[in-house]
Amino acid sequence: MRDVAIIGIGHTKFGRASKTSLELFSEAALQAVDDAGVDLKDIEALFQGAALPGFEEGQVTPAAFSAAELNLGGGSIPATRYEGACASASIAIREAAEWVASGQCDMVMAGGVEKALLMGTLFATRIFAMACHAPTEGPAGLTFPGVFAMAARRYSKNYDIPLDKLREQMALVSVKNHKHGALNPLAQFYKKMGDLKVEDVINSKLVADPLTVLDCCPFSDGAAAIVLCAAEEARKYTDDPVYILGTGQGSGGALSKMKDLTKPDSRIKSARMAFKHAGLRPSDIDVLELHDCFTIAELIALESMGFFEWGEAAEATTEGQTESGGKIPVNMSGGLIGKGHPIGATGASQVYWIVKQMRGEAAKGNQIDPVPEYGMTDTLGGDFGTLCHIILGRGK
Amino acid sequence: MTGKEQEEIEKEYKEYTVLSLSEYEEGLRNGKLLGLRCASCGGITCHPMPVCQWCGGRSLKRVELCGDGELTTFTVIRVPSEGFEEGAPYIPCLVKTKEGPCVVGRLDYDTESATQELIGKQVKMSGTHTCKGDKFSDGAHTCPVFKIQENKL
Ligand SMILES: [Zn+2]
Repeated sequence: MRDVAIIGIGHTKFGRASKTSLELFSEAALQAVDDAGVDLKDIEALFQGAALPGFEEGQVTPAAFSAAELNLGGGSIPATRYEGACASASIAIREAAEWVASGQCDMVMAGGVEKALLMGTLFATRIFAMACHAPTEGPAGLTFPGVFAMAARRYSKNYDIPLDKLREQMALVSVKNHKHGALNPLAQFYKKMGDLKVEDVINSKLVADPLTVLDCCPFSDGAAAIVLCAAEEARKYTDDPVYILGTGQGSGGALSKMKDLTKPDSRIKSARMAFKHAGLRPSDIDVLELHDCFTIAELIALESMGFFEWGEAAEATTEGQTESGGKIPVNMSGGLIGKGHPIGATGASQVYWIVKQMRGEAAKGNQIDPVPEYGMTDTLGGDFGTLCHIILGRGK
Repeated sequence: MTGKEQEEIEKEYKEYTVLSLSEYEEGLRNGKLLGLRCASCGGITCHPMPVCQWCGGRSLKRVELCGDGELTTFTVIRVPSEGFEEGAPYIPCLVKTKEGPCVVGRLDYDTESATQELIGKQVKMSGTHTCKGDKFSDGAHTCPVFKIQENKL
């Protein structure tokens, strides 16, 4: 198997888009080929994450249409939509890396796109809930915030943290991620909510007890794309290639079959797979973009990936260990909460911001100093149904 | 080659489902929480699945659970999905049954007094909730409803 490098990246502004999904993805794709200095005709295959396009624009096989409209590879190349709910783009990137590693292709594009804002909160809540286990969680009326609210209550119970105290600790995740989102010109909440207070989060509208609307990421439109090639060719195109050192993927079942909502096996196994593949440990990672779909989700992710012991991520967040300068800076882009969460694009957006960090090109106030050597993404689809991790490095 | 006789193909065709979702839901509506007992490990699987949820065993028999359990966690849904607004706010819950498997259902409890102290309490299946569903849900579906057993710790 060959080593794989990222040589070009693209990312639209997240938020409300008047463009179609096809146009959004094209914007990101064109940015990515220009960034790489390659031609659209050089792309041999497209791997596109898109979770719910049928419900958003009445569109399936979006990858084929994207490839056709961009004339990728001169036309008629393999172009496939990947669906793993909110982890769609990450599994698309993982698959793209495998194709290059195997020698099947020399240069490919991966990424994702979503237009979720146009559906409005109630319909978007409905179709997002399709990533819950429909036979059992459907009639119970579970929603995504509902799942993570249940997990938050379990976290409080498991570690004997009074719920009011946990709510304050969770709120600090929102405060931190909004602080960084407000500094990110491509974020949905750019220049907004940068000085959010814990009380603002706790006193905002309850969505699913104990989560308020400010414990939740927003619905968003947006796209992101990357160009990958064989590592040995990467320096022909760029002085700053970023290498894919390891990937992992895991799957989970119905919520009721999980041993513990705060310790998802799918995430634990996926993260271990990625670390093993990369030959690295959590202590080697300098910067992390993780799936903070809800504040509690950031805490669960940090523990499941091995950055903190079980039950210690809440206190670590309070101590600033997940901020710039802390043990492990988390979501310096603003994360899903501050930057926005166009679900099919999120994994590619996470990779984009790790690459930006490694080039020293993250927004002022969000850039890690010194430039990180190793970064990692964590993406979660459904209620722990699809998990994917990608470990990136400036060197092989 | 002349191929295989149609009758033979039909005769060989076999279905593996021991307890289907619709039979499980019908059981609920008749006040029964149905599951599957595994011949290999003796574990109980509920909701019904194609293999044992504990060991993956394939030799399964239908069994009725007693409906008693412990409240693992819950939430109060205040922003429901479109088409699921009926009865909102409402309380989805996770219950660990006496027989072992956890099930998702609804909790029959006042939403404004449902606090963290409920977790760990004994519950009993007291009825069912049927969502009429929407155009995406393949019709109406039913889940168990649980009630707190106040006198039991
Ligand atoms: Zn078994």
